[in-house]
Amino acid sequence: MSLLKEPDLGTPARPGPATVSLEVDGLPVTVPEGTSVMRAAASCGIDVPKLCATDSLEAFGSCRLCLVEIDGRRGTPASCTTPVTDGMRVSTQSPKLEKLRQGVMELYISDHPLDCLTCSANGDCELQDMSGTVGLRQVRYGYDGANHLDEKTDTSNPYFDFDASKCISCSRCVRACGEVQGTFALTIEGRGFGSKVSAGGTDFMSSECVSCGACVQACPTATLQEKSVIQLGMPSRSVITTCAYCGVGCSFKAELRGAELVRMVPYKDGGANEGHSCVKGRFAFGYATHPDRVLTPMIRPTITDEWQPVDWDTAIAYTAARLRDIQSRHGVASIGGITSSRTTNEEVYVVQKMIRAAFGNNNVDTCARVCHSPTGYGLKQTFGTSAGTQDFRSVAKSDVIMVIGANPTDGHPVFASRMKRRLREGAKLIVVDPRRIDLVRSPHIEAQHHLQLAPGTNVAVVNALAHVVLTEGLVDRSFVDERCEDFDDWAAFIARPENSPEAVEELTGVPAEEVRQAARLFATGGNAAIYYGLGVTEHSQGSTMVMGMANLAMATGNIGREGVGVNPLRGQNNVQGSCDMGSFPHELPGYRHVSDDVVRGVFENMWGSTLQAEPGLRIPNMFDAAVEGSFRALYVQGEDIAQSDPNIKHVHAALAALELVVVQDLFLNETAKFAHVFLPGTSFLEKDGTFTNAERRINRVRPVMAPKTGKHEWQIVAEIAEAMGYPMRYDDPSQIMDEIAALTPTFAGVSFDKLDKLGSVQWPCNDAAPEGTPIMHMDGFVRGRGRFVQTPFVPTRERSTRKYPLILTTGRILSQYNVGAQTRRTANVAWHPEDVLEIHPHDAEDRGISNGDEVVLTSRVGATTLRAVLADRMPVGVVYTTFHHPVTGANVVTTENSDWATNCPEYKVTAVQVGLKSPAMAG
Amino acid sequence: MSPQVRMINDIAAQFRHQAPDAAAAAIAEHIRAFWDPRMRAELARRVEAEPEALDPLALAAGRLLTTM
Repeated sequence: MSLLKEPDLGTPARPGPATVSLEVDGLPVTVPEGTSVMRAAASCGIDVPKLCATDSLEAFGSCRLCLVEIDGRRGTPASCTTPVTDGMRVSTQSPKLEKLRQGVMELYISDHPLDCLTCSANGDCELQDMSGTVGLRQVRYGYDGANHLDEKTDTSNPYFDFDASKCISCSRCVRACGEVQGTFALTIEGRGFGSKVSAGGTDFMSSECVSCGACVQACPTATLQEKSVIQLGMPSRSVITTCAYCGVGCSFKAELRGAELVRMVPYKDGGANEGHSCVKGRFAFGYATHPDRVLTPMIRPTITDEWQPVDWDTAIAYTAARLRDIQSRHGVASIGGITSSRTTNEEVYVVQKMIRAAFGNNNVDTCARVCHSPTGYGLKQTFGTSAGTQDFRSVAKSDVIMVIGANPTDGHPVFASRMKRRLREGAKLIVVDPRRIDLVRSPHIEAQHHLQLAPGTNVAVVNALAHVVLTEGLVDRSFVDERCEDFDDWAAFIARPENSPEAVEELTGVPAEEVRQAARLFATGGNAAIYYGLGVTEHSQGSTMVMGMANLAMATGNIGREGVGVNPLRGQNNVQGSCDMGSFPHELPGYRHVSDDVVRGVFENMWGSTLQAEPGLRIPNMFDAAVEGSFRALYVQGEDIAQSDPNIKHVHAALAALELVVVQDLFLNETAKFAHVFLPGTSFLEKDGTFTNAERRINRVRPVMAPKTGKHEWQIVAEIAEAMGYPMRYDDPSQIMDEIAALTPTFAGVSFDKLDKLGSVQWPCNDAAPEGTPIMHMDGFVRGRGRFVQTPFVPTRERSTRKYPLILTTGRILSQYNVGAQTRRTANVAWHPEDVLEIHPHDAEDRGISNGDEVVLTSRVGATTLRAVLADRMPVGVVYTTFHHPVTGANVVTTENSDWATNCPEYKVTAVQVGLKSPAMAG
Repeated sequence: MSPQVRMINDIAAQFRHQAPDAAAAAIAEHIRAFWDPRMRAELARRVEAEPEALDPLALAAGRLLTTM
């Protein structure tokens, strides 16, 4: 399509029915109460001139361009700040208004560079547009007076410039930073003529700016402009697609000039993000065209041989022949594969289909194993399906928000901005985290309770919260009686004294009174919602904790309406989708067990193949079986298990033991060092399919460019299956989605046509809910009644000892993404060039460690070297690091411990010691 | 300790609040639903070869699995 310019109605929409009728320039219009005159005019096709107004921000009323006349009112009020009233008659054009607007524009233009023809925003500048709109023909003041034309350009940010000479001080950037992003990094410095936008008195790169791009998007001139636009020119066409970073799944307009991608602009109609973005999705797409990408298939007989580039036919035939050869020697179950949460639903679906139907076994797992598999187990046990309960918009109706083991401002920044907006409006916040994450105290936000628990004690804390709810009579009995089962047994369990806040205080480190107050707030504060992340799941009791949170939500009646719920913040863009698509070894698409003869029969009929009724191997089981010898070949789609999985020594031993490792990826990653076949994958800019985000929203991923490898990933998989003797033919990915819909009840109504028509849908999408289901469990749980499950606290076997006295916990930061394969190949490295170890000053002092020292981090399974950063975000005894860089290899030290139900690794608790790197080691 | 023994002992620890028979049945059901047949076979071998390595509930579940 040509360049898509979304309409800007000037001020935000107001909720509620359209009840206020008025006339604008003689045209009747009816709008909700509280709507501005400007928006009402725009609703009937009349654009009132404006500069400081945009519909993503509340009205400000500073530019004085949007003046109107209203019958019966004196003067010329600003239409952006004037709410409509019933019967109002508005005139937007008159000689008087024309004169006033021209006067305003004269003042602006008298202090603006007149370089429109060479300006990077030429053709996309609201100041330029408004000059034409108001009919400006002269600037009577001349251009020689005091001005800002010599203001310097701040080029410090890697992605955008700030040219202060072009600034009109409309404050849109300042307000976007506050209202939309919630960071408040920008301000207007000075007064009167000296007023100017400032990043807190320093340059952008040194400021609190998080480079979300909201200011750039809000800027009506070329003051804040993407470097790519300055270098490449204004784009000329748009493709609407979906971001491939975190589980928020933001919609973007990919804007191109010819075949070249110039910029990614968040899409206002995107259901997940509604026009907002973060530094990764907005700017960090350069990896897709990075020279490190491998575009040609490669093979090698052994991992010590050099790679041989080959054509696709050779690579596919070689892969198929070696897989079949291994099966002929070691049995049908000796091979398997891993699907990727970074690829589309369609690409995941064909991999699991290839494994089940062509390989003939259920040895398929997904990288969700190491992040949210406990979510799948826990929510299925309690609610009946493996998904979060709410849409993202729901948080705007929450009165109490409990964030457990998640760091949304870094991990899910666009959703965090929604959450922060609600918190600024007055919702209460409870943070449960060993680390003092930014949300605990940030501009205009302060958590009412920060339960700073010891790592590994989540279940003890959630049980204590539930204990207070139960024993203080705060249970929502009508909800429980009408909607739930097994409550009495659970109540008897949770009421036991050992679950009281006082009993677990010493263990958890959280003062009992703080727990009691938090529980009372959660139960009585109105709509209470739980949002959680990997700090819940990546524990030995990850699944238990998910069930514990579900118990708490049910006991307090916080399920089944807006503003409440239990909500996993998914790590990767398509974690939800990869799980939905049948990537787990025990489940076919739609979370149906492989042992179900009826379900299996449906798939067998459609696929024309006999399917196994027994579960296959999970990822950690594959590693164990590889070392033991019964598992001989692994197909890895878009996951760097040699860097991301725990206890890397064991993973490397397993990979080295395999006869065949096939890697399908963008880059020769760490896992490719063990590979015999490399099948080049496609970036999200080349993909054609769908992603499903953390709110179950199925979004289209549209190709911005043709596959640089010459082949779509689903085609590669289908051709390997064919070469193995199993027919798998699709003409295009819409046929794959049609097959998914035919086999999966929750996707029954999904098709590319519907997605193109509606923009997106949230599953379940079927005859009962043809346009999807934003909020689940409204009239009943998926399993019928919500089930209370007893959740006894069982401490992890990973304990701090004399030898390893500290506990390491891990996480990620805003600018980097997981193992960094993508973000390390962008300018985002400017913010995070290496992983560091955060250590409490007391622990550092005990060890003679100063800020910036190189230290050795040792656990019982391995050791690595990092630079120490002294920080009091963690309690004494806890250290923290990220895992974005292979050189530090944080997973060298993480252990084999895992969640009891799902084998999700216990990344969050590792007993370690930290010491200064000795001169001998340094040498 | 073999992975199978470590994992079933971890599972058993989660069901200790239940009556022994119910706990053993629940553990066995869990393993039946989620473990690959070769893992169950290895567990069966361990149940016979090194029962002392197994938590009593895990041992009971392991024996139950051989009869399922």
